[in-house]
Amino acid sequence: MSNPLKVSIYRYNPDTDTEPRMQDYQLDTGGKNLMVLDVLEMLKTQDASLSFRRSCREGVCGSDGINMGGKNGLACVTPIDEVTRRGKLVLRPLPGMPVIRDLVVDLEQFYRQYAKIKPYLINAEKPPQTERLQSPAERARLDGLYECILCACCSTSCPSFWWNPDKFLGPAALLQAYRFIADSRDTATQQRLDALRDPFSVFRCQGIQNCVAVCPKGLNPTKAIGHIRSMLLTR
Amino acid sequence: MKKMQFDGLIIGGGGAGLRAALQLAQSGFETAVISKVFPTRSHTVSAQGGITCAIAAADPNDDWRWHMYDTVKGSDYIGDQDAIEYMCSEGPAAIMELDHMGLPFSRFDNGRIYQRPFGGQSKNYGEGGQAARTCAAEDRTGHALLHTLYQNNVKNATTFFNEWFAVDLVRNARGQVAGVIAIDIESGERIFVQSKATVLATGGAGRIYASTTNAHINTGDGIGMALRAGVPVQDMEMWQFHPTGIYGAGVLVTEGCRGEGGYLVNRTGERFMERYAPNAKDLASRDVVARSMFTEIREGRGCGDQADHLLLKLDHLGEEVLNARLPGIQELAKTFAHADPTREPIPVVPTCHYMMGGIATNVHGQALTQDEAGQDQIVDGLYACGEIACVSVHGANRLGGNSLLDLVVFGRATGLYLQEALADGIALDPPAESDIEAATARLHRLDANPEGESAAELRTAMQKIMQDCFGIFRSGPDMERGRQELQALRERIENVGLADHSNVFNTARIEALEVQNLFETAQATAESATARTESRGAHSREDYPERDDANWLAHSMYWKDGVKDGEKVRRRQVNMLPKQVDTFEPMARTY
Repeated sequence: MSNPLKVSIYRYNPDTDTEPRMQDYQLDTGGKNLMVLDVLEMLKTQDASLSFRRSCREGVCGSDGINMGGKNGLACVTPIDEVTRRGKLVLRPLPGMPVIRDLVVDLEQFYRQYAKIKPYLINAEKPPQTERLQSPAERARLDGLYECILCACCSTSCPSFWWNPDKFLGPAALLQAYRFIADSRDTATQQRLDALRDPFSVFRCQGIQNCVAVCPKGLNPTKAIGHIRSMLLTR
Repeated sequence: MKKMQFDGLIIGGGGAGLRAALQLAQSGFETAVISKVFPTRSHTVSAQGGITCAIAAADPNDDWRWHMYDTVKGSDYIGDQDAIEYMCSEGPAAIMELDHMGLPFSRFDNGRIYQRPFGGQSKNYGEGGQAARTCAAEDRTGHALLHTLYQNNVKNATTFFNEWFAVDLVRNARGQVAGVIAIDIESGERIFVQSKATVLATGGAGRIYASTTNAHINTGDGIGMALRAGVPVQDMEMWQFHPTGIYGAGVLVTEGCRGEGGYLVNRTGERFMERYAPNAKDLASRDVVARSMFTEIREGRGCGDQADHLLLKLDHLGEEVLNARLPGIQELAKTFAHADPTREPIPVVPTCHYMMGGIATNVHGQALTQDEAGQDQIVDGLYACGEIACVSVHGANRLGGNSLLDLVVFGRATGLYLQEALADGIALDPPAESDIEAATARLHRLDANPEGESAAELRTAMQKIMQDCFGIFRSGPDMERGRQELQALRERIENVGLADHSNVFNTARIEALEVQNLFETAQATAESATARTESRGAHSREDYPERDDANWLAHSMYWKDGVKDGEKVRRRQVNMLPKQVDTFEPMARTY
């Protein structure tokens, strides 16, 4: 094997391990700039016990959010050369979440915060026979919001979410909160804002923009949070 | 073993499963969805271009009957006309519901839902030129659809068991399906989930091929479960190869690229589809475009050093159109082909994309089998919708944009049927312990087997056979070789080894169970493809190049262990009797 890739992966299996450890692997990549997910798949053929989530392998299902070389992202759309540091590819689970096994984290808290913001259209009026009309300009306000894939890269890179994962909603949930506030077909803006006015849900955001730096879809939760903030403050 | 009980059980959290679940949850019945991934990770999320439906936004005169004509023609006449009629006529109401649920469709200036042209679409029964009938949310329609459906299930408090894997169906002594054995992946615990209605919404199985647009999770779990339970599958030889998978990566780029005005070129820069389909050109049906591309490559007009792919040209559309209509494609092309579509073409190659076949159902989602005499029989307790089902609205070739419509319309139809049936009362015999034990046998065998080959090795061997012998062009001798190689693989697959026997989030165990499902799907494909001695839709045989309506204007139906005297593949009649319109009689199919 000529110049193999050195990979170091966080391992923990509660069935057999008392504590987590880093395990080193070597892999012949054939000199190709593979995606990190390809590396994981190849290593799994050597070591079937290595566990990670994956599905679409094209960056749209959000299954394989992990921490690569210190940065959160999707394994399937991250080339190894972007996250290999000093000749080593270091892979860990998303930070701040309980680890179920290896690179698989428990996302229950993350999903609970998402459900809290009522992530569905609310419109008290009886729907018409056809669609609710929406101009292209009104629809354009949803761009940069609806594309979220719930990969949790943002919320798990956010210190405010690490400290208060039950009270601060986190960037992913807040992005979706604003997605429905911004939808011209939604009539529950006041109700949605009322639910966000406490000191924690939104206001724990310190604006450090880790979420923006890691979002694999190029979205900007900080900006959405800013919109919610100013709507709350100008009421 | 732990036991749970529900009125309705839906296996699969993709578009079809979530739409069915939503209907049942709204009606107040105890409904559970079990999904091997968190629902928004299901493969519906990858659908791009849109959902085809005659909502008459792009053209106020559009008519669902025109959509029906296109779909029947696209199916090469083995789509069931009662089902196609139901889908096309019910479609507009189902789309409006999605808008009311909040799906962020793109819009026309007048505020209506944006529709783009897609392949195989026409106005006025093929006489009025290209139609624009595919409703779109940019090029992320599947993502928008799946998230909207999940969100509305959250709203209606559907019970989800996420990251549970369904192993096998439980059938009672009368052959009724009474539920499923499942594994909670996180803990490794096994559960018998009993239900008055078990809906398979497990999606496709593109991973039987080496090169596919499909997600890793598309492993034909429902096909495997059905076949092992003695339920047959229909038209399994019909696999769609999408014209534009990204060369080398297999990732899909939507037909919407060509709908918006993009086109394919060969190594000389020629827009070759003009030769194969003078009218529809790049918007001919997918089977036609994929064959044309393959022919270009075979005749030495492919691109690149290996002359083994073609190019999809989009730069002439301009950045404004690409940004507004195809933003996701630009992202994918840059990531997986290192090509910026605003400046350079995307290298593409036809890639396995969609399973037209599946479990035969009626329009209510009830699973069908045949008795020995060849009469349709309902399989009590079992339902199917979405890609796993074969209603059949796609026949031998699916039109672009019809898969999302299929899953919404028939997910909804299955839910609507079940809410009435449950209200009237469904009584199934309770399964005996031995029935539950029988459905656990596969799991026990795997648990007891530390030896045996790895799932990954076996999967690769199977994928190679399928890619080599059951691709876009097929021939008797190649398929016979493939059939025999698969048969030789069966014992090895049944004895798949498991190196890791731990409980918590053991994905090795899941992959071993999945490879067995893939294998049942592959063998169903091989047997059905060998049996069909003609060329129709996606099934193109060099030894039988013509369509043979006298013998094969029929579905194929495949039983794993044979139906009568070991006979494995039979014909089943195509429904040619729509209720509101006249039959569309088979014609020569040209574009």
